[in-house]
Amino acid sequence: MAVATEAEPRPAPPARRRGSAPYGWLKPGILLGAFVPVASMVQRAASGGLGANPIAEVENELGLAALIFLVAATACTPFRRLFGWTWPVRIRRELGLIAFFYALTHFLTYLVLDQFFDWGAIAADILKRPFITVGFTALVLLTPLAITSTNSWVKRLGFKRWQRLHWLLYPAVALAAVHFIWRVKADIRQPLTYALILAALLAVRLVLYLRKRYAAGETLS
Amino acid sequence: MRRLPKDSPSSEITPEPLFWRRREFMKNAGLIGGTALVTGGSLQWLVGKSPPPDAPDTPPLPIAQLPSVAQHGQYDTAEPLNSFKDVSTYNNYYEFGLDKGDPSDNASGLRTRPWTITVEGEVANPQVIDIDTLLQWFPLEERIYRMRCVEAWSMVVPWLGFQLSDLVKRLEPTAKAKFIEFTTLFDPKQMPGQRFPVLEWPYVEGLRLDEALSPLTMMVVGLYGKMLPNQNGAPLRLVVPWKYGFKGIKSIVKIRFTEQQPRTSWALAAPDEYGFYANVNPAVDHPRWSQATERRIGELQRRKTLPFNGYGEWVADLYAGMDPRRLY
Ligand code: HEM
Repeated sequence: MAVATEAEPRPAPPARRRGSAPYGWLKPGILLGAFVPVASMVQRAASGGLGANPIAEVENELGLAALIFLVAATACTPFRRLFGWTWPVRIRRELGLIAFFYALTHFLTYLVLDQFFDWGAIAADILKRPFITVGFTALVLLTPLAITSTNSWVKRLGFKRWQRLHWLLYPAVALAAVHFIWRVKADIRQPLTYALILAALLAVRLVLYLRKRYAAGETLS
Repeated sequence: MRRLPKDSPSSEITPEPLFWRRREFMKNAGLIGGTALVTGGSLQWLVGKSPPPDAPDTPPLPIAQLPSVAQHGQYDTAEPLNSFKDVSTYNNYYEFGLDKGDPSDNASGLRTRPWTITVEGEVANPQVIDIDTLLQWFPLEERIYRMRCVEAWSMVVPWLGFQLSDLVKRLEPTAKAKFIEFTTLFDPKQMPGQRFPVLEWPYVEGLRLDEALSPLTMMVVGLYGKMLPNQNGAPLRLVVPWKYGFKGIKSIVKIRFTEQQPRTSWALAAPDEYGFYANVNPAVDHPRWSQATERRIGELQRRKTLPFNGYGEWVADLYAGMDPRRLY
């Protein structure tokens, strides 16, 4: 779901022996690791290890996992451009989808366990509490990206439009960071750390983008 | 090179392509496992929390007579108690960390003996009181109170202590005294959270004198019939059941009677979010979340928050004529 810069409609890959694709192990490995927090939460839920307020604990852990995967997805393009690595862009879509999974379960925890479908309270939260407003907006922005994350959607939309749509990742991840900052009561060290990493990544992305536009402008004239 | 013994029956010999595929499979499985381990491990390190510690093994109070526990006095709630483990492993005490599990993890280094409380300000008898002397002054009483945190969770706790009003009367504030101000110990060595300027240290809380004289306001020294665990504010803390929990200042070393309203820590840190009064009020939301409901620890569904946390019949009069919206 992250912004792709090289996902031009590709020719069908040559028939390769399964498993021999370079870094073929990377995606399944990350997928497996990505669910360690879920497994841990299930295990702790069963053993009373989530503490006195298990609902808030689950809600917070899911939210943080969502943010981490969003930041990771955002890092892919800058990493390729800065260091010439190609493996981050291979896993970008996967990272984005995992982020969406965590954001959605975070929201569902809020909806079902925390508020128990108290629609009035939920609407008031979303409208009146800025930290929830921005969190909700982030989730809304991510939804079309998750839906259009497949290759067939790239074809359907055309690469340029698809790419432009997936720029939504950037406002979404920025809002998610703000959501975290606004939520804490007094100590913003942890949310600020994520926000700073994110700001650095977005700055790199912006510089790369401007350079590209500038270069394009030069060749045009 | 094939390393199989020559005399193996041909059926046991792995055909070469299969052998290579297996090797590749093993290699891939190893790489997948390794990736999963690194991803999952770092992720869990970032988001996961270790299970809460066990409840502390607090000693009985070092006083001869245990409280003459009045069986369910008029202020006690009959609601089911939260467990000692919940009360002692889930709370806010920023001097020991920001997580609600941190106080129980980090408070064991707090030395609560010797301990003195300095009394000063507008008072006839300024003095320094030893905690063990103070414990002898008043008979202890158990009070089962609801505790409503400003973060919209609540507990029911059997505190052990005495009425602040008894102490105030004994100390004899002067006619000028309008407020009472409490200060927590400041010692970053014992209280690691004080190394970071999360709040202005030391923590300061206060009450209007008439609030301090309310029979509901307690100085607490024990919990569940035993000594107060460090993480809950040993050796001496304040409990004001109709106010949000942050008014209940912990590990008190100073009591000062003042003419001016004390500059309390949270009101200084975020004046638009936490006021001096901080009375529980479902109608006045925290700017960032609703105060209409709360989660009682141990319950699945939220419950409605009561005005004055359900203690209005005894305390609402204190605020007659005041704008309730200024009383958060
Ligand atoms: C991309 C989407 C989102 C991300 C990345 C995200 C992330 C986070 C993070 C990191 C936290 C704090 C965790 C902590 O303190 O350790 C949090 C808390 C919270 N989030 Fe979100 N969030 C998102 C969407 C939402 C949505 C849609 C809602 C509800 C409409 C929501 C409601 C909350 C609430 C209520 C809390 C506080 C939970 C508590 O302490 O009980 N979030 N979120």
